[in-house]
Amino acid sequence: MGIAASIGTPIKRREDPRLITGQATYVDDIKLHGMLHMAVLRSPYGHARINSINTEAAKKHPGVKAVYTSADMAGIGTVAVAVPLGEIANGMGLHGPLAEGKVRFFGDPVAVVIADDRYVARDARDLIEVDYEPLPAAIDIEEAMKPGAPLLYEKFGTNVAFGMHPPTDEIDKVFAQTLTDGGIVLKQRIYNQRLAPNSMETRGVVADYNKASKMLTVWCSSQNPHILRNILAALIGHPQHQVHVIVPEVGGGFGSKIDIYPEEMIASVAARKLGQPVKWIEDRSENLAVAVHGRDQVDYVEVAATKEGKITGLKVHGISDLGAYCQLFTDVIMIAFGFPVSCGAYDIPVIHLSADIVFTNKAPTDAYRGAGRPEATFVTERVIDLVARELGKDPAEVRRLNFIQPNQFPYKSAAGAVYDTGNYEAALDKALSISNYQALRAEQAQKRAEGKLMGIGLSSYIEICGFGPKGSAPIGLYESARIRVEQSGTVMLYTGSSPHGQGEETTFAQIVADEFSIAPDQVMVMHGDTDSTPEGRGTYGSRTTAVGGSAAYTAAVRLKEKMKLIASFMLEASPSDVTLEDGKFSVAGSPQKSVSFEDVAATANTSNTLHPSIEPGLETTVFWEPEACTFPFGTHISVVEIDKETGQVELKRMIAVDDCGRQINPMIVQGQVHGGLAQGIGQALIEAVVYSNDGQLMTATLMDYAMPLASEFPHFELDSTVTPTTVNPLGVKGVGEAGTIGSTPAVANAVIDALGVAHIDMPFNAEKIWKIIHQK
Amino acid sequence: MLLVHYLREDLGLTGTHIGCDTSQCGACTVLLNGDSVKACTVLAVQADGAEVTTIEGLAPEGGLHPIQEGFWEKHGLQCGFCTPGMIMASAQLLKSNPNPTDAEIRKALEGNICRCTGYQNIVSAVQYAAEHMRTGASEPVGAGE
Repeated sequence: MGIAASIGTPIKRREDPRLITGQATYVDDIKLHGMLHMAVLRSPYGHARINSINTEAAKKHPGVKAVYTSADMAGIGTVAVAVPLGEIANGMGLHGPLAEGKVRFFGDPVAVVIADDRYVARDARDLIEVDYEPLPAAIDIEEAMKPGAPLLYEKFGTNVAFGMHPPTDEIDKVFAQTLTDGGIVLKQRIYNQRLAPNSMETRGVVADYNKASKMLTVWCSSQNPHILRNILAALIGHPQHQVHVIVPEVGGGFGSKIDIYPEEMIASVAARKLGQPVKWIEDRSENLAVAVHGRDQVDYVEVAATKEGKITGLKVHGISDLGAYCQLFTDVIMIAFGFPVSCGAYDIPVIHLSADIVFTNKAPTDAYRGAGRPEATFVTERVIDLVARELGKDPAEVRRLNFIQPNQFPYKSAAGAVYDTGNYEAALDKALSISNYQALRAEQAQKRAEGKLMGIGLSSYIEICGFGPKGSAPIGLYESARIRVEQSGTVMLYTGSSPHGQGEETTFAQIVADEFSIAPDQVMVMHGDTDSTPEGRGTYGSRTTAVGGSAAYTAAVRLKEKMKLIASFMLEASPSDVTLEDGKFSVAGSPQKSVSFEDVAATANTSNTLHPSIEPGLETTVFWEPEACTFPFGTHISVVEIDKETGQVELKRMIAVDDCGRQINPMIVQGQVHGGLAQGIGQALIEAVVYSNDGQLMTATLMDYAMPLASEFPHFELDSTVTPTTVNPLGVKGVGEAGTIGSTPAVANAVIDALGVAHIDMPFNAEKIWKIIHQK
Repeated sequence: MLLVHYLREDLGLTGTHIGCDTSQCGACTVLLNGDSVKACTVLAVQADGAEVTTIEGLAPEGGLHPIQEGFWEKHGLQCGFCTPGMIMASAQLLKSNPNPTDAEIRKALEGNICRCTGYQNIVSAVQYAAEHMRTGASEPVGAGE
């Protein structure tokens, strides 16, 4: 009986046994001898001057080891920014780990207490006296851009950090010509609201310093151990080789655990000063206030289309709300990630993109599941429906009419991205078929006649992921894999990828096992520790399988070649005649003459008679850099019914046909889509971060920030098409964010369809919808 | 002192997690005298003399409880952080309702927030467990399998 290929099979996850029995270690589970606890004093104001801070009483509290303010962080660098645009390059928006002179958002860290236990730290924190002088806050992003708005960074004279306003001659011509030809031009303002990522595990860090060896060990709930290590070392002025980062189990990230935040910096500095381990665990209220928020973008869009519905030109002016400070990708989310895919799945000949990025007195924004692509896709998908509505056409057919065709790939979009492969019509047709679309429209007509509000919404999205190719980022975004085949035949894979629920211990084992023709159980996947894993870039941007998996695959291919060579000596055959099948190396045509995978592994590691041309051992490290990004795509269809009495939107059906290229483990792929759908639907229907006009965070606990619950979703109807990518050897496009990107516009389009209006901004909560119904 | 802190810090049973500060999320769900409670909303002293079952104590020795099996078989978890609480809440559900519909499962788990799975496979996991517990078809499965 042979060893069946594992790729493509839904095998159970090997992560699960420890997780389902409570035996896994998350950062708050770490307890070190002599460990101290850190509590952070945060600004209760959205914008204020700090006149003085008095820490004397706090310092004297029994059990307190230290109290730090910005004065104690002298020489520590500012929170890292990957690409400082515009005035950010001149210092606008940069901040040290503790506030100096001013606080600029509710929750801005002002001081920390380090104490013997968690309770003492909080009690002592309450004794710190800060003399604040509250200032008016800049909250609404468009108001923040106007002259006279409260300024976060007075010396720059504005809240706008960077603007990009290219000439509009070409798009103006296109619009004019379209009108002349009998087409239409539509305009719409679209708001993509601020969200809180809300991973179920909040952030946390334990920093431990050994004074003799000068080794700083940092456990952190992070998505990228090596980036954390490198940036932390640079910012706190510690030699890189003496910073050891260990990422234990991570309870979700969704982008909020990419950045290197103030708390990691402060805990590390504290540990170094005090020579004792320092632990900081974020509570949920802190997480809602200061862990990076997602989205918060206003788009002014203009579209020109023929009377048949073919789009001739698109003009998008995006305004990105940065929040109070620039963190790792804050300033580039819209421009670098969203803009290049602003044409979506459509063959739009001309697009004009302009931007303003603006500081406001809110938490910093940064990557949140989709990072720029949900915002861009939302605009494109709303535009299609606006065109369809204006022309009285079926939104499915307007999509079909505008799709990029399969024979146009690789496709250079007018917005800049070069799409790898795609077959958008196939995904659309599959979704239409599953939804029984014509029947749905008939049902809708019937229900409308009865005065009921039923809506059907589509979204045919594409997205860009698998970051990233040379030149696409300020540092190389390769991924790494070190494989060692042990004497026993067990395969150890050390990867630079860093999962937080994606299941790569299972999927990477599948990839490597198939290459070696062994069972996945024979492959161990290690991650998270900067001492044992090669320099990597981590897990975000749906890159883990596309880039990390490709690195693992490439390393396996390389070692397989060496094993074949060794086997050829053992079998006294030419290497080109040696095949590997069912865990055995044999000579083509003489299957009875074989050596097992384990035999070769043992020989490589222990033989004292290896041919002189062969280096002993069986270990290799690969750094794999993609040549291009990948472009997952799909069509989602949402069916909603709205209760006229209450304005409550009920999601009756959610159909998702997604194409992530080749699927390593279909069960894990579907899980990623489910989770993505939940977040995308959450944005459409209930989620929003809300600040008062003076900068108070109104959604400061889970009582106020609505999180989707199990009872709020229908059974998701999933299917897929498979259009492999050409940019990596696995054919994998990535799927982590696609569900979120595709679903939000589908739900929005459904609600707007139900109400028969041109546009409404999210979230579609009952109060908002009720008002619209009863004002009509 | 809250029960959840007593379990985690004094007893070292870190399987029970803390996910919020307002009793919304359910990550801290344990069984107190056989009934589910949110350990963040129970003072340790209130549990004096009671039997508390945490995730670590759910399974038979060396095996897995059918609910744990269900979560494994049906990919009912991703990051695992909400999972212990979700499993304990499911145990309560199946105790009161051994044959729940999907809708009943979703309603019963309203007190447990998951950000990763979208809940769909959690529902499947609980159905799997319900079936195995009803028919007694489940043999304790080695936790290493």
